[in-house]
Amino acid sequence: MSAALQLDGVSVVLGSREVLRDVSFAVESGEVIGLLGRNGAGKTTLLRAVTRSLGHRRGEISLFGAAVGSLSRRALARCVAVVPQDLHVPFPFTVAELVLMGRAPHQPLVGFESPDDVERTRAALARLGIEHLADRSSFELSGGERQLVLVARALVQAPRLLLLDEPTAFLDLSHRTLVLRIVRELAAAGCAALIVSHDLTLAARACDRLLLLHDGEIQAAGHPRDVLDAPMLERVFGLDAQVVEGPDGAPLVVPRIGG
Amino acid sequence: MKRLTRTRFVATVASLVLIAIASSLIGLLTGPSALSPGDVVGALLDPAASGAAGDIVLRIRLPRVLLALLVGASLATSGVVFQALLHNPLADPYVLGISGGAALAGIAMLSLGAAVGFGADAVPPAAFAGSALATFALYAVAGAGGRVSPTSLLLTGVVFNAFASAAIVFLASIAGLAEGARIFLWLIGNLSAAAFGSAWLVASFLGIGFAVALVLARSLNLLALGDETAEHLGVATERHKRWLLGATALMVGAAVSVAGLVGFVGLIIPHLLRLVIGADHRLLVPSAALAGGTFLVVCDTVARTALGGRELPVGAITAIVGGPLFLWLLRSHQHRVFTP
Repeated sequence: MSAALQLDGVSVVLGSREVLRDVSFAVESGEVIGLLGRNGAGKTTLLRAVTRSLGHRRGEISLFGAAVGSLSRRALARCVAVVPQDLHVPFPFTVAELVLMGRAPHQPLVGFESPDDVERTRAALARLGIEHLADRSSFELSGGERQLVLVARALVQAPRLLLLDEPTAFLDLSHRTLVLRIVRELAAAGCAALIVSHDLTLAARACDRLLLLHDGEIQAAGHPRDVLDAPMLERVFGLDAQVVEGPDGAPLVVPRIGG
Repeated sequence: MKRLTRTRFVATVASLVLIAIASSLIGLLTGPSALSPGDVVGALLDPAASGAAGDIVLRIRLPRVLLALLVGASLATSGVVFQALLHNPLADPYVLGISGGAALAGIAMLSLGAAVGFGADAVPPAAFAGSALATFALYAVAGAGGRVSPTSLLLTGVVFNAFASAAIVFLASIAGLAEGARIFLWLIGNLSAAAFGSAWLVASFLGIGFAVALVLARSLNLLALGDETAEHLGVATERHKRWLLGATALMVGAAVSVAGLVGFVGLIIPHLLRLVIGADHRLLVPSAALAGGTFLVVCDTVARTALGGRELPVGAITAIVGGPLFLWLLRSHQHRVFTP
């Protein structure tokens, strides 16, 4: 069976800079992959190349066996959902309206939402604990609430591959955990997920494998225990940190701050 | 969970249709000659047997009211579309220079047309051609590289409008006194040249433009959140933007070519409506058309009658009403309508 997402020798050039160089990896259905790296390493660029928001100069990107360039926008949106870093809404849409928009790729061009669309939206809002926000205007949301709305929108899109770009940056620890737990549940049901994250400790717990991106190239890939070690963190993040085994067996990154 | 349902859609649109009909009837009743409701209804139902009153209703007031409805609908619908496409609540139908092109070509015809044998009838077609040319130029400049970004559209439009304004000032300064006065009226916007011919022209272009906006209303919801978000949710953004730009060019071009630059309708109506009916473009597009038409009919009725026998340009009334209304919206409802 084809991988949910496969990149073979992908390079992306922005302006005169080669932001991604010869990147190859695959994400299988049911797998959660963490994409780590410092700011400017090319993580968001990689997600944008997968969704064709950016063209890639070399290499192949395929989704479930089909070249990404051969899919229509609608076909792409039916299998891939994106949770971006933040949501900019210039008009006062309500939370329910924003989440219902996740059903757009499954709906005809003209018409109203079906009872099934509404039911899925209700369920997604409830799963994220934000059903009380349904009728609230997007102008009245905090950064964290906006992020939960974006996750809810991705859920109703019913994707087979979920791309999350720092989905938990504005969230408190309990909501971070909730979002990652939901991603794990989706994976258990067969969905693949690629998560960009700066939270190494949480990524080590939520992901089956980690990819470390440095200057547009993959520096390391594999099980969190094999990828997260002190010399690698020093090389990729310039970070002076100790990596210890947590009580759950997964690595725990402890940065040295002072003294 | 509040959302757009068929019932809410039908109830809202039906109410706005009734309000538009009521305001049109008031527009038909009001004017320098006193007519009774019976005269107006009689003229509408039986044009042949209505005499002098029928002439006033059918030849003078009806084309005027129809044109106000159509121009107002075109401007407000275009305002909704531009605000969504540019992700910018301050956008109006004139922001992209399509109107600048129409105004420049129309005014060039007004001031120079007589010298080469064209009459006043040539002004609307010239203006419409100007809007079409401006749209192509806009697309050629802002769409270089295959993608039309909202920022490059806005920048191109602003620069093109500035250029058109300068050229118009030049034309006005070399025009004679009579042409100068007509140019002035045109720039403010007025409906005094209303006739059935121009009403049908605007109606047909509005019909096409409105149909495109209505069919792509769900895409407008998604495009309003940004092109990349719209793509993530399955919108073929460049194709839909091309259709929508073409649709607005038809509506703005037709409206400006017959009425000049009537301001504020396309800016204020979308915001007022979002306050009342919400931001969903599937309801906002038809509501804006109806409310924009109603607003211009009311303003034009005031323009025709406020000073007794002497007419005011309707653009002066829309600005006098629209300016303070916009400031009120900004002050009282800023957080509900414009920004967090």
